[in-house]
Amino acid sequence: MTRVVIVDDHAMFRAGVRAELQGAAAPGALDIVAEAEDVPTAVAAIREHRPDVVLLDVHLPGGGGIEVMRQLGGVDARFLALSVSDAAEDVIGTIRGGARGYVTKTITGTELVDAIRRVAEGDAVFSPRLAGFVLDAFAGSIEVAAVDEDLDRLTEREREVMRLIARGYAYKEVAKELFISVKTVETHMSSVLRKLQLSSRHELTRWASDRRLL
Amino acid sequence: MTSTAPTLAPHETRRATRDTAGTYLGGVASGLARHLGLPVLWVRIGFMIGAALGGAGIAFYAGLWMVLPTDERFSDEAPGLASATRTGKRPQEARKLGDIGPTIALGALGIGIVLMFETAFGRGALFWPLVIGIVGVALIWRQADEAQRERWIDSSERINPLRALFGAGGWASYARVFAGGALIFVALGTFALTSGGVGVAREIVIAGLLGVIGIAITLGPWIFRLASDLVDERAERVRSQERADVAAHLHDSVLQTLALIQKNSHDPAVVSRLARSQERDLRAWLFTTPTDSGESIAAALRELSAEIEDAWGVDVETVTVGDTPVPETVAPIVHATREALTNAAKHAGAPKIDVYAEVSPSAVEIFVKDRGVGFDPAAMPEDRHGVRGSIVARMERHGGHAEIRSTAGVGTEVVLKMPLQEERS
Repeated sequence: MTRVVIVDDHAMFRAGVRAELQGAAAPGALDIVAEAEDVPTAVAAIREHRPDVVLLDVHLPGGGGIEVMRQLGGVDARFLALSVSDAAEDVIGTIRGGARGYVTKTITGTELVDAIRRVAEGDAVFSPRLAGFVLDAFAGSIEVAAVDEDLDRLTEREREVMRLIARGYAYKEVAKELFISVKTVETHMSSVLRKLQLSSRHELTRWASDRRLL
Repeated sequence: MTSTAPTLAPHETRRATRDTAGTYLGGVASGLARHLGLPVLWVRIGFMIGAALGGAGIAFYAGLWMVLPTDERFSDEAPGLASATRTGKRPQEARKLGDIGPTIALGALGIGIVLMFETAFGRGALFWPLVIGIVGVALIWRQADEAQRERWIDSSERINPLRALFGAGGWASYARVFAGGALIFVALGTFALTSGGVGVAREIVIAGLLGVIGIAITLGPWIFRLASDLVDERAERVRSQERADVAAHLHDSVLQTLALIQKNSHDPAVVSRLARSQERDLRAWLFTTPTDSGESIAAALRELSAEIEDAWGVDVETVTVGDTPVPETVAPIVHATREALTNAAKHAGAPKIDVYAEVSPSAVEIFVKDRGVGFDPAAMPEDRHGVRGSIVARMERHGGHAEIRSTAGVGTEVVLKMPLQEERS
C-alpha cells in the first residue's frame, strides 16, 4: 500500500484530489495518511507519518514547495509536484529542488494514481509539459537552469526520449519507437532528472562527495 | 469570450538599470553591459582602464550607481506569479556568498594601488584622509543602496528615515553605517592633524558635526513628510490599479462564464467547453506574460489550440520548446498545423490531442498526435484534399516536409518540418 500525503493550500482542492484518488485507485492500493496546507504543517505531517509519496503544490505559503523539500533533507519520501502554475521557472525549480516528477492539476484521477505508483517505485514522472520545459532548460532558453557545460548535457538518446514524451508518447510507446525496453526508458528519465537536479556546480559537488567520489 | 489583453503594445523606452541579480558592486557594470548589449567583461575592463587613467572610471562608476535605478522596480511578472511571490509562496533568491570573492579581489587590488602610490610619491598629506573619507562615504552609500533594494522587494512597508538607511536592520547594516561614519570622522581628523594642531582638528570635527545637525534639524521633518506622502500616494495608486484590474478581469471572464454555466447546466458538453476556455483564459492571464500572436510561433500555436478546443470540444495540450517570430516562411507550417488539428478533432474521436513544437536555429518542427481511431495513409482516397492538399502539398510547396503516421486503432501523428533560412540582409 502506498502511503500518500497531500500538500496544497486550498482545502477544496485537497478534498477534490482525495475523492478523485479514492475513486480511481484499486481498493487498498492508496492510503491518504495526512493533508497539509503550508510549509510548517507539511513538514510536521511528513515527519510524523513518513509517507511514500508526497503530492506537493508548487505555490505554498511559507516559501513554496521547494522549502518543504529543503527542510526535510533527510526524509526519504518521494515528492510529486502537482501544480496549476505554468511558469517554467517554478516547475523546473521544484524539480531541481528534489521532486521526482511534475503533473498539472487538470490530470485525471487514473493518470494521477498511475503517476503516484510510478514515483513510489522510484521512477521519474515527466508530463509532456515538463518534458518541454526540460528540453528548454537544457537548450538554455529558461534562465533558471545554469546548466553545466561539461557534465550536464543531455545525451542524444535522452533528448530523443524527452522529445517523445513531450510529443505525448507513453513510456511503452517511447520504448517501442526507439526499439529499447521500458526499463531503459526509465533509466534515461532518471538520468535526465539527476542531471537536472545536479545542474548547479554546488549541488554536483555535494552529490559527488556524498558518494565519496571526491 | 473576452480577453483583457491590451490591443496596443505600449511603446517601450529602453532604460538602463542596475542588475540586482549578478551584482558584485551594485551591479552597475552588468546592468550597463545589458543595456549596451556588450559582454560584461568588456564593460568591467573599460571601468578598470578608466580607473587606472586618473580615476575617471571610479568616478563614472560611482555616478552611475547613484543615478541608475535598480531593475527590480521595472520587473514585470504575470499577476499570479507576482502575487505568489508577494505572499511568500515561491522561494526567494538568496544571494550567494561565493559572489564576494571578486569583491575581495577588487578591494585587495585597491589597497595595492594605494600602497604603490605611497611608495612612489611619499606620504602625501592629503592622500590618506581622502581615501578613508571616500571609503566611509562608500560604505554608507552601499548600505542605503541595500535598504533601497529591500524597499522595492517588499512593497507594503512605509518608509521611515531610519529604515531608509538601515533597511531591515541586522548587525551587518548597522556595522556598515557606523564604520562609514567613523571613517569619515577619522578622515576629517587626520586631515586636520596633518595640516594643523590638535586644536584645529577638534574645531573641524565640531564644526562638521554642528553642520550636519543643523541640516538635519532644518530639512529633516520636511524630507520625512515628503517621503511618507510619496509612499502613501504610491501605495494607494498601486492598490487601486490592481483592484481595478482584478475586478475588470473577473467581470469580463469568470463571472460571465459562471453565468453561462448556470444557464447551460443541463448540457455537460457546453459546461466543459466553457470551463476549459475559462481555465485557459485565467491561466494565461495569471501565469504568462502576454505576447501578440503575430509575434511568435508559440503564441500562434496557443491561439490555434484554443480555437480548436472551443470549436470541437477536445483538449489540446500544447508544448513548445524554443520560439521564433513568425516570418512569412513559417506561416505555412502554422496553417498545416491547423489542418492537422482540425482533422484530428473531427475524425479521430480522441478526447485529447498533443501538439509539440520545437524551434531550433535551423528548423521548426511540429508534431500533432492523437490516440484516436487512426487510418491507413496508403489507402487514403485520392479525393481527400484536406490531408494531401492542405498538409503534404502545402508543406512541400514551401520547402518543408510533412509525414503522416497512422495505425488503425492506435492513433495518428502528423510530423511537420520547415527549415529556417538564415536571414540575409
